[in-house]
Amino acid sequence: MKNKQLIADAREIISPLKSFTGARIALGHRGSSMPLNANLEFQLAHAQARDAVNIPLDFAQLAQQLHSEEIVRLQSAVEHHAEYLQRPDKGRLLSLSSLSTLRDASNGNPDIALIIADGLSSKAICSHAPAVVNQLLPAIHAKAFTVAPLCLVKYGRVAIGDPIGECLNAKMSIVLIGERPGLSSPDSMGIYFTYQPKSGKTDAERNCISNIHQKGLDYSSALDKLMFLINEAQKLKLSGVQLKDQTESAVKSQQQCHQNFLLD
Amino acid sequence: MYKIRLAEVSYDFKNLRNLLAKASPARSGDVLAGIAAENNLQRVAAQWVLADMPLTRFLEEPVIPYEEDDVSRLIADQHNASAFQPVAHMTVGEFRDWLLTPAASSETLQSIAWGLTPEMVAAVSKLMRIQDLILVAKKCHVVTRFRNTIGLHNHLSTRLQPNHPTDDPAGIAAVIVDGLLYGSGDAVIGINPASDSLSSTVTLIKMLHDIIERYQIPTQSCVLSHVTTTLQAIEQGAPVDLVFQSIAGTEKANANFGITLDLLAEAHQAALSLNRGTVGNHCMYFETGQGSALSANAHHGVDQQTCETRAYVVARQFDPLLVNTVVGFIGPEYLYDGKQIIRAGLEDHFCGKLMGLPMGCDVCYTNHAEADQDDMDMLLTQFAAAGGTFIMGVPGADDVMLNYQSTSFHDALYLRQLFNRPPAPEFLHWLQQHEIFDKNNHLQACAELPELFARPLTPLLN
Repeated sequence: MKNKQLIADAREIISPLKSFTGARIALGHRGSSMPLNANLEFQLAHAQARDAVNIPLDFAQLAQQLHSEEIVRLQSAVEHHAEYLQRPDKGRLLSLSSLSTLRDASNGNPDIALIIADGLSSKAICSHAPAVVNQLLPAIHAKAFTVAPLCLVKYGRVAIGDPIGECLNAKMSIVLIGERPGLSSPDSMGIYFTYQPKSGKTDAERNCISNIHQKGLDYSSALDKLMFLINEAQKLKLSGVQLKDQTESAVKSQQQCHQNFLLD
Repeated sequence: MYKIRLAEVSYDFKNLRNLLAKASPARSGDVLAGIAAENNLQRVAAQWVLADMPLTRFLEEPVIPYEEDDVSRLIADQHNASAFQPVAHMTVGEFRDWLLTPAASSETLQSIAWGLTPEMVAAVSKLMRIQDLILVAKKCHVVTRFRNTIGLHNHLSTRLQPNHPTDDPAGIAAVIVDGLLYGSGDAVIGINPASDSLSSTVTLIKMLHDIIERYQIPTQSCVLSHVTTTLQAIEQGAPVDLVFQSIAGTEKANANFGITLDLLAEAHQAALSLNRGTVGNHCMYFETGQGSALSANAHHGVDQQTCETRAYVVARQFDPLLVNTVVGFIGPEYLYDGKQIIRAGLEDHFCGKLMGLPMGCDVCYTNHAEADQDDMDMLLTQFAAAGGTFIMGVPGADDVMLNYQSTSFHDALYLRQLFNRPPAPEFLHWLQQHEIFDKNNHLQACAELPELFARPLTPLLN
C-alpha cells in the first residue's frame, strides 16, 4: 500500500532505532490500532513463513555441499510431512530400515555423533548447515576427537540424536536442526548438544544454541559455544542445565555491539 | 461408578484419570497421547458421567498416585478442608451450575480457592462452554503487588517483551522505548534471553534495573533464564526483581525442565530475601502451557488440560506475581488450530483464576499451526472479557527471537479502548505524567517524543 501520509508522530520518528533490531518497532498508529501498512507487511511475512514450513529439504544437494567422507542418509519413523507435524513421538525415533542402515555404518565408539535434521525449516539447513559443519569438522579433528559418519535425517526432531548416538555408541551428540520459522527469520538453525545420548534423555540434559541465522547468532560465535560445551562436557561428564555456557555472550565477542543508548 | 448407557451404547470409563481424558474437549495432544475420546458420543458419555461425580471423589482417587509424584503430594498437602466445606457436598455438575449463580460471589470464590484441587477445577471446566468459562473467571479477583498493583477489577496489564536474537543491549532498549510509548510494561519488562549463560543473564538484569531506576518506571524486571542461572545471579549480587521458571503438572515433567519443588522453594526464598518490592513482595513469575507434560513423556496418562491445571498447584505454592499460560507456543502437535488454542487459553485462565492465581495469557501461535491473526483476535477479546490479568506486548506481534507470533502493543490498546481497561494505577500515573496516555487512559497523540526520552534519543534520530 502506498499511502504516504506526512505524520509528525513520536512513535514513528524513532524509526532510526530499527538499525539496532529487526523487531517491528516504530509502526505508528491509526487511532490506537496498527496502521494498514504494518498489517500488510505482517501478512506477507506470515504467508512466507507458512510456506517455508512445507518446503522439503533437498538432501542430495546438501550431501554434496558437506566436506565429509562418510555420510549416512536416514529417516525417522515419520512417513510424510503432515504426520511429521502431528507426531513428534515418531520424529524422535528412527525407522527400522534406517536403524539397520545406521548399524551397518557404525564404526567403533566415536566421541561425537554429528547429525543434521530438516526440522521445521529446510531453508535454515540449506543456508547454514554446510558452512557450520565444514567449519566444525576441522575444529573437532584438531582436538583429536573421533567422529561417527555424518547422519542426515529426514523428518527428524531434536531428540532423534538420542537413538542415533546410542546406536553409534557415541559419547556426545550434536544435532543441527531447522527451527520453527519466524516471520522475520524463516531460516533460523538450532544446535542441540547432548552428552551420552541415549533414548529417554530429557530436554534438561541438553544444551541448545539457537537463532543461528543472518540477523541472529553468527557461525563463529555458535562454534565457539559448541566447542566450549564439548570441552566442558568432557570434564563434567554431563550436559544440560548443569552445564552452564560460560562463553562471553555473542554480543561481546563477534557481533557488533551497540551501547544501550538509554543509559548513556 | 464410571459406567453409563447412552444412546444405546454402554460405556465403562474404569477410573477418574480415564474419565477426565475422555471428557476433555478435543485436542491434538490427547490424540497424540492415545487417551482422547474415540468419537463424539464417547466424549459426551464421559461428560455425563463426570457431571454426576461427587467432588469428594477427587480427594479419594488421585489421578497420579501420591507415592509416585510430588505434585500429587503437594495437591494433598495443600488441600484446605474448611475452605472446601461450602462445595463439599456437590457433584461436578452441581458445582458448574452453582459457579454461575450469584451465590458464587467474588468473595466466596476467593474463600474456596484453596479447597479446590486442580482435578476438580479441570473437571468442571470440561463441562463448561466458553461463555461459562468467561463469566465465572470474570468473578475471580486476584491482586498481586511488587512495584505496582496488578489485577485490580477491570484493569489489564502487559508484559513488555523486548527480545533480541543476540541480546544486543541497544536492540533491547529500542524495543523497550517503543513499547513504553504505547503504554506497555506494567506487569513486567521481561526478556527471554537468547543465551542462558550467567554472564549475559547478569548483564541483562543490571541493564533492566538501571533503566527502571533511571526513568523511574513503576514496574519490575525479569530475565527469563533457568531458575538455577537466576539463583547464581542472585549469589553474585545481581538486582533480581522476579525469579522466572517454566513449570509443569507432574514431578517428571518438572524434572524435564531441570527443576524440583525444593529448588523452586530455594529460589523463592532467595528472591524474597532481596526484598526489592515497594508495594508488595510477590516475586515469582511462572510460565505454563498445555502439552508440556506430554512433550516430556511425563503425563502418566492424564490429559493435557488436567496436567496443566496441576501446574497451578505448583505455582500457587510460591505466591507468584504473575502466571502466564503460553498457550499456542508449543505447536500443532498439542493444540492443532485456532479453535483448540482459543479454548485452551480460556480454560487455563479460568482454572488458574479459580485456584487463586494472577493469570495472564500469551495469546500466540506458531507458523506450523493452523491459526492466524483472526484467531488471536478472538482469543484476545474473549480473554479480556473474562477479566484476564495480563497479555504480552511484542512489537508488531512478531517475536524475532522466539520465532512465534504473540500480541502487539496495539493489541493491548485495542482492549483498553474496547473494554476501558487501564494498566496498573502506579504505571498509569507514570504514563500520564509523561503524556503517553491522556486523562481518559487513551494513547495520547504526540508529535514529539516525551521529554524523558528526548534527551537520550535525539542524537540517534538525526
